[in-house]
Amino acid sequence: MADHITLRMKVNGEDRSVEVHPFARLLDVLREDLRLTGTKEGCGEGECGACTVLVDGRVVNSCLVPAAQVQGSEIVTVEGLAKGDELSPLQAAFVAHNGAQCGFCTPGMLVAATDLLNRCPNPTEDAVREGLAGNLCRCTGYSKILDAVHTAASGGEGK
Amino acid sequence: MRAYLPDCDLRVAATLDDALALLAAEPGVWTPIAGGTDLMVVHNAGRLKATRFLDLSRLAELRGIAEEGDCLAFGALTSFTEVREHPAVHRHFPNLVKSARVTGALAIQNRGTLGGNIVNASPAADTPPSLLAYGAELELVSPRGRRRVAYDHFHLGYKQMDLAPDELVARILVPKPQGHSFHYFRKVGTRQAQAIAKVCLAAHARVQDGVLAELRIGLGSVAPVPARARHAEATLLGQPVAALPVAAARAALLDDMSPIDDIRASAHYRSVVTQNVLSHMLRELATA
Amino acid sequence: MIGASSHRKEGRAKVTGAALYTDDKFMPGALHGVTIRSQVPRGILKAIRFGEGIPWDEFTIVTAADIPGKNLVASVVHDQPFLVGIGEEITHMEQPVVLLAHADRHLAEKARRAVSLEVEELPAILDIQSSLELQQVIYGPNNLLKEIRIQKGDPATVWATAAHVIEGEYRTGAQEQMYLETNAMVAQVEEKEGQTWVTVWGSLQCPYYVHNALKQLFDLPGDRVRVVAMEMGGAFGGKEDYPSVNGGHAALLAWKSGLPVKLIYDREEDLACTTKRHPSRTLLKTAFDADGQLLAIEVDFAIDGGAYATMSPVVLSRGALHAAGVYCAPHVKVHARAVATNTPPPGAFRGFGAPQSLFAIERHMDICARKLGLDPVELRRKNFLRMGGTMATGQVIREDLDLGGIMDRALAEIGYHDKRAAYAITNQEDDPIKRGVGFSVFMHGCGFTGSGESYLASVAGVEGLADGTVSILAASTEMGQGKNTVFSQIVAEALKVPFDLVDVAQVDTDHVPNSGPTVASRSTMMVGRILEDAAIGFKQALVQQGFLKEPYTAEEFRAGVQRAVETLGSVKCYGQYHKPANITWNDATYQGDAYPTYSWACYAADVAVDLDIFEVKVEDFVTVQEVGRVVNPRLAAGQIEGGVAQGIGWGLWEEVTTKQGRMINNQMTNYIIPTSADLPRIRVTFLENAHPAGPGGAKGIGELPMDGPGPALVNALEAALGPLRLDEVPMTPERLLARWEEVSHG
Repeated sequence: MADHITLRMKVNGEDRSVEVHPFARLLDVLREDLRLTGTKEGCGEGECGACTVLVDGRVVNSCLVPAAQVQGSEIVTVEGLAKGDELSPLQAAFVAHNGAQCGFCTPGMLVAATDLLNRCPNPTEDAVREGLAGNLCRCTGYSKILDAVHTAASGGEGK
Repeated sequence: MRAYLPDCDLRVAATLDDALALLAAEPGVWTPIAGGTDLMVVHNAGRLKATRFLDLSRLAELRGIAEEGDCLAFGALTSFTEVREHPAVHRHFPNLVKSARVTGALAIQNRGTLGGNIVNASPAADTPPSLLAYGAELELVSPRGRRRVAYDHFHLGYKQMDLAPDELVARILVPKPQGHSFHYFRKVGTRQAQAIAKVCLAAHARVQDGVLAELRIGLGSVAPVPARARHAEATLLGQPVAALPVAAARAALLDDMSPIDDIRASAHYRSVVTQNVLSHMLRELATA
Repeated sequence: MIGASSHRKEGRAKVTGAALYTDDKFMPGALHGVTIRSQVPRGILKAIRFGEGIPWDEFTIVTAADIPGKNLVASVVHDQPFLVGIGEEITHMEQPVVLLAHADRHLAEKARRAVSLEVEELPAILDIQSSLELQQVIYGPNNLLKEIRIQKGDPATVWATAAHVIEGEYRTGAQEQMYLETNAMVAQVEEKEGQTWVTVWGSLQCPYYVHNALKQLFDLPGDRVRVVAMEMGGAFGGKEDYPSVNGGHAALLAWKSGLPVKLIYDREEDLACTTKRHPSRTLLKTAFDADGQLLAIEVDFAIDGGAYATMSPVVLSRGALHAAGVYCAPHVKVHARAVATNTPPPGAFRGFGAPQSLFAIERHMDICARKLGLDPVELRRKNFLRMGGTMATGQVIREDLDLGGIMDRALAEIGYHDKRAAYAITNQEDDPIKRGVGFSVFMHGCGFTGSGESYLASVAGVEGLADGTVSILAASTEMGQGKNTVFSQIVAEALKVPFDLVDVAQVDTDHVPNSGPTVASRSTMMVGRILEDAAIGFKQALVQQGFLKEPYTAEEFRAGVQRAVETLGSVKCYGQYHKPANITWNDATYQGDAYPTYSWACYAADVAVDLDIFEVKVEDFVTVQEVGRVVNPRLAAGQIEGGVAQGIGWGLWEEVTTKQGRMINNQMTNYIIPTSADLPRIRVTFLENAHPAGPGGAKGIGELPMDGPGPALVNALEAALGPLRLDEVPMTPERLLARWEEVSHG
């Protein structure tokens, strides 16, 4: 019924333009139209956080965002966290601490943790727990994720 | 994603007037969408009857938090994050900060709006009990003009509101408490984050000369609508804080609730726990 | 190498988003599949109706009538149809009936709602009790999917004379695995050279299970079927048996359409129709002498197996074999039954029957201690299994087992005795918060039950590559547990080369041998041991054929492998499982060595209950376990922490709510798993006691952490609240309130 729109976004620093239904989910635009499959669908109801991306510097559940609402926005996905081959400190800490097990929550978790450290460079344990509470993990019990975030926050040190 | 996208339409409103004009031209056809945190969930599950959506998210007219006389006025598009972060909200309405903070998690708080939380009309929403406790008023706008309605008269029945098809919630006006007052908010939702309330109670009270001079209690998840606990309030008002009639208030609270059994909790659990939370609130009030 | 916390092999791919999961696989021209399911618990399928408004001629439609081979899913018992045909019986609410595929996934979804089924309904049975009472006979002559009896001595001889006889009834609920990645399959069927070639890529734990299922479904020889494991977003048993079903479905659609087909479940469908942990009901009767010495244990263990056998016979077996717990009694009798109901069949889930029966015995021991007026610590200590002691099956404990030491360590770490004393005082105060500490002591059998490993006769190997590195050939899958890394460590250790010289080949049945299913805490211990043998054989072959001279450096090794590959074309060496000589097992009598060995543990929980809202907060959780040699301490700790998190969820929050046997809280919003805000730091201590059966002395750890939290938490709740009827998990706030009101606290 609706005409497709030309959706223009800056995705991971690159200008992208794609013809999509205005009510398409941002998640599907990223995964299917742009083939940025790092962003995952875990529930489709904004509960698990596997689809977390940054829109204009704020974390969102991309499964709950209609395409037309991100017209002209800046999007950062997990694919945008590393600088070339160099992992971000958080990514490196997730590898070092076994913060990723099955890896399916990891992209969303990393985006949420990146946002958390941007806003609060030295978070307390409770702040990390609250900051990541929208990202469910079924593998780790969260301890190794907390270790990784604290390590990245302290510039690679920590436990 | 179970919705059939080709049947759907989304129109982006550039100005409030455009939005109102469209709503008035085709009453009941267009479903407003802002943060999408409730609507998209139902849409994704293929359970949303609506297929035409009017995007309000770009309407600057509906944004912002501003002092207005004795009130703080929240644009309907104010996000939970903005509620959490605004110093004036912290100063005057700690319950609102708490309720915004327990709404979903951060990604939801960044997108979900106060206005959306109201018009989604879920009895389990987290900010309405606080708005009820603070005596909030809604400003509704339509091409016919603006009108105000007391929030505790806005919800008429399950998902029924005093809101015409051509009206939008424009602002939420919350009177700033005068002097020292007591604020209480508690949400019970099994887990500590990403929870849907099984019971929610917000209260605001003012004590004068040892007597409870002002009290409003807002309840969530225990009635078809976010509800004032008027019976319990009546039992308590005018009573000395040192000797509050807790048992009578608990009994009266039963008349304020009509909880149901559903997949999240039993009616009995909701009923007992709401009473217990009321007792907890009164203990805190007595020692405040 | 063994004992180092090497980084996860696929870690980099996982943190950059490069790792490819099944739904990340795009194939040109692929269709999207959907499944039409029955919406009654029991009935006869009369007709399938295709509604208006859908261009049905554009759709690929598969019904039972299309199936080229056998319409039965190959499993322990071949009883479950892939699709129910007209005139056949529907046996649960989520039974697949029709498969649809279309290039437009939105249209496929719309079409899903346009198909309706005409069904003549039959009366259904939906729980263990109704099934045992034969309210309806829905499976075989007596509704039993499997029955097991284990006996040692005869408890009947002591009931009359024992100083104390204590009985109890315990229940455990269904539990959803809630892997973050839903079940997902991509299939392609090609006709080449007049032959049919079936390929399935998927999120699956056991490639050769799916391989077998596809052979039978299409009536094809094994070399015409290929199964490839994609990166897997968690499984926990939930992708052990179900992938044979949805893998078959995807392949049927691909076969009929001639195009690749993606069949990705959304969360609601996954929760409603895929397997769960079996609900259980356990009756326990124990006899003690005047000093608290156990004289007899009798267990009546029943699990709800749902509409088809799936893994129920083996789940039941493991449950039965763990039912007497870590205790030694002269007389033990276990009667175990898996019963059929008209519910979507449960299946494998971490722990596999053991958490259910261990919950019962570990709760029961605390209740017995209270009734006997003994400290639960001392009652257990009196009755622990020790070296030379025998289990219910007659299995003799051959290792130097010190359960008392494991228990004391856990209790010391959590401050058990001091906290008990302190809480006894503070819980008297007028405060809604009541505190308690509790614990459980338990074991988990490593590897397959009974003769399972002998039947499997698993094979795994190593291959030299042209670049001089070594690739591991095994069908064991990576689901996050760390198999890629641990296998690489084991092989690197055996070859005495750096970790970086070893990696794991993609799990593809065209390329890797059948090392058995990735289940039962068996990969490290069983497959790891085979790989150790294969690696040593590989090295010896290189040495014998002159490509390598010992001792060698990493560079010399690499050069040697390169030369061997250049010269011979292909250099592979395989190993195979050999039953240790001292293990005996009789499947008919359930006598003998049920498992080659066990991991042992004591878990302790410190909880706070808020009697205003009946919520439980886990303040501290201590785990102490003896798991043989730990191959990778950081990955192993991750397994324990994650398993405990699942166990805490099962113990306190995770309730599958059903209507007519179907899960109705089938959304992540309404099925409550723990968030980062709900768990304490789970404390992990490994006591290492190398076991000869595993590589470098390793035993299994994957499932162990699921067994202990349930009883430890509920024992802690009793410590906090006194003797309520705390006989069930999950002990949700609603259930706790109900139990509290039973004793009229008012």
